[in-house]
Amino acid sequence: MASTTTTTPAVPSRRSTVLRRTAGRLGLYTGIAAIIVWCLGPFYWMVVTAFRQVGFTFDTTPWPTHVTLDDFRTAFDTSRGNHFGQALLNSTIIGAATTAIAMLVGTFAAYAVARLHFRGKFLVLGLVLSAAMFPGVALVTPLFQLFTRIHWLGTYQALIIPDISFALPLTVWILTSFFAEMPWELEQAARIDGCTPAQAFRLVILPLAAPALFTTAILVFISAWNEYLLSSLLSNGNAAVAPVTVAIAGFTGSQPHQEPYTAVMAAGTVVTIPLIIVVLLFQRRIISGLTAGAVK
Amino acid sequence: MTVITDRPAAEPAESKRRLTRRRRRITHEGRAALLLISPTLLLLALVIAYPVVTALITSFRKDQSLQNGFFTRGGGFAGSSNYIHWLLQRCGTAACAPGTLGSEFWDAVTVTVLFTVITVALEMFLGTLMALVMQRSFKGRSLLRASVLVPWAIPTAVTAKLWYFMFAYDGIVNRLLGTHILWTDGQWASRFAVIVGDVWKTTPFVALLVLAGLQIIPTELYEAARVDGASAWQRFRYVTAPLVRPALLVATLFRILDVLRIYDLPAILTHGGGGTGHATTTLSILVIAQLEQGYGGASALSTITFLFIFAVAFLMVKLFNASVIRTQQSAVK
Repeated sequence: MASTTTTTPAVPSRRSTVLRRTAGRLGLYTGIAAIIVWCLGPFYWMVVTAFRQVGFTFDTTPWPTHVTLDDFRTAFDTSRGNHFGQALLNSTIIGAATTAIAMLVGTFAAYAVARLHFRGKFLVLGLVLSAAMFPGVALVTPLFQLFTRIHWLGTYQALIIPDISFALPLTVWILTSFFAEMPWELEQAARIDGCTPAQAFRLVILPLAAPALFTTAILVFISAWNEYLLSSLLSNGNAAVAPVTVAIAGFTGSQPHQEPYTAVMAAGTVVTIPLIIVVLLFQRRIISGLTAGAVK
Repeated sequence: MTVITDRPAAEPAESKRRLTRRRRRITHEGRAALLLISPTLLLLALVIAYPVVTALITSFRKDQSLQNGFFTRGGGFAGSSNYIHWLLQRCGTAACAPGTLGSEFWDAVTVTVLFTVITVALEMFLGTLMALVMQRSFKGRSLLRASVLVPWAIPTAVTAKLWYFMFAYDGIVNRLLGTHILWTDGQWASRFAVIVGDVWKTTPFVALLVLAGLQIIPTELYEAARVDGASAWQRFRYVTAPLVRPALLVATLFRILDVLRIYDLPAILTHGGGGTGHATTTLSILVIAQLEQGYGGASALSTITFLFIFAVAFLMVKLFNASVIRTQQSAVK
C-alpha cells in the first residue's frame, strides 16, 4: 500500500528522536531568551538608569545600587528651561486631537471602501497607501513657509494639522481591513427588520466595530505621540506647545555642557511607561491592527 | 422536456433585469461612497497635495537672502538652478566648496541608501528568525509577543536618547566590549550606532508581519510534508519560504520606504553629523538643515527626496509584483 512506502524513508530510533526533541527545545529556549534580552535589555537599562543617583550614572550593576527618585524630579523641574510636564500635556492634546479628527473622517472612508461597490476603489486605496508612505520632509518646507506667513508657528494647530497627513491614511488603511471582515449580513438583516441604513449602522454595526475602532485609535494615537520631525520645526521652540519627543531631544542638564543622562532616562521612562501599559493590555488587538492589510 | 428548453430562452430577460438592478445599486452606492470618501480626500489634498504642489513651485524660485535675520521677500524665478545646485553640486558657477550643504548631497544619498540596504537586510533576517521562534508553541508565548512590542512602542526620539546613553564614552556598550570608541562621533562608529538603534526599534515590527504571514500557512501542509519524509530544512525551504514570501515582500517594501526618509534617529543620536560632520546626514536631515538657509533650495531638495522615494516604491512594486494594494483589495473584494 501507499502508506508503507511513504513511511519507509525515515523511521528514526526512539533515542535519536528524544535527543533531537531535547535539542530542539534547547534551541527554542535559547531563541526566546535572546529575543527577550535583545528587546527588553535596552528598555530595562533606561529604567534602571532613571533610578540611579547622578554620581552612579555609568554603574554597570544590573540593578540600581543607589536608588533615588531625584532624576524624575529633575526631569519635571522647570528651573533649567525644561518643560517636561507641559510637554506631556501638549503631546496628549495633540495626540487626542489628531486621533479624533482622523477617526471621525477616516471611519467613513474605510466604511465606503470596505462595504460599498463603486468605481475607483482601487485608486482610493492606492492614494491612501501612497499618502501613508509619504516622507515628512516633503511637507515640512511649504508648511513652515505657510505657517510663518499666517503666524501659526508654535501653535497647537500647526502641530495637529500636519499630523493628519499620516494619521488619516493609517486610520483608513487599518479600518478598511478590519471592516472587510465584519459580518455585513447582520446589517442587511436589520434593514429587512425595518431599520433605516443609519439605524442599522448605529445599532448593529457600530457595536460590532467598536473593538476595531478602539484598536485603530490606539495605533493612531501612538504614532502621533511618537512624531518628531514635523513637531520639532513647526513648534518653533515654543515650549508651551512642543510635544514630549521635542522636549526630550532638547533636554538640558543641571550644569551647562553636562549631559543630563539620568534625567533624560527618567523622562524617557515616564513617556514610555503609559505606552508599554497600553501595549501589554491590548497586545493581541495591536498585533492584529499592525498586521492588518499587510498580510492576507 | 418543454420546461428544459424554455429555460434558456427566459434567462436573458431575467439576467438583463438583474443587471440593471445591479447597475442601479452600483450608481447609488457610488454616490454614497463619494460622499463618505470626499472628506478624507479633501483633508489629504489639504495636508499633502497642497504642500507638495507649493514645494514644487517654490523649488523653481530663488532663495530669499537673509537680511538682519529675516528672509527678504520675493526670490524671483530660478529656473532649474536649485536642482542643478543639488544634483551637480554647483554653487553659482563653481563647484560647491567642501563644508557647504550643496557639497553634501551625494554623500547624503549614499548614507541614506547605505542605511536602507543594511538595516532592511538585517531586519528581514533577524525578524524572520524571531518570527520562527515566536511561531513555536510554548508557555508564555503571548508574553514574548508583548515584550517584542516594547521597542516598537517607544518613541524614536526616546530610542535615540536611549542608545545615545548606551553608546556614550563611559556607556554600557563600551564597558561590555572593553572598548573606548566614540560611538556617536566617529564616521563608521556613528553609522553603526544609527543602524543598531534602527534595527533594535523596528525588527519587532518585521517579526510581527512575518509571523502573521507564517500563521496563515495551513498546518496540513507541514503534516503532508512530514509524511512525505521532508526534513526540517526541506519543510522550511519548500513550504514555509514560498508561502511567507508575500508577507516578507510587503514588510520589505514598508521598511525600505521608511528608512529612506529616516530622520529622528540620526538627527538626535549623532546630532545629524557624526564623524567628519556629515557621516550620518541622511536626505531628510539635509533638507531640514537647508530649510534654515532658504526655502527654494529646501523645496528642490525635498522634491528630489520625494521623487526618489516614489521611484523606489514604484520600482519595488513593479519588481516584486508586490500586490500590497491588491491584498487589501482582495480582502475588501
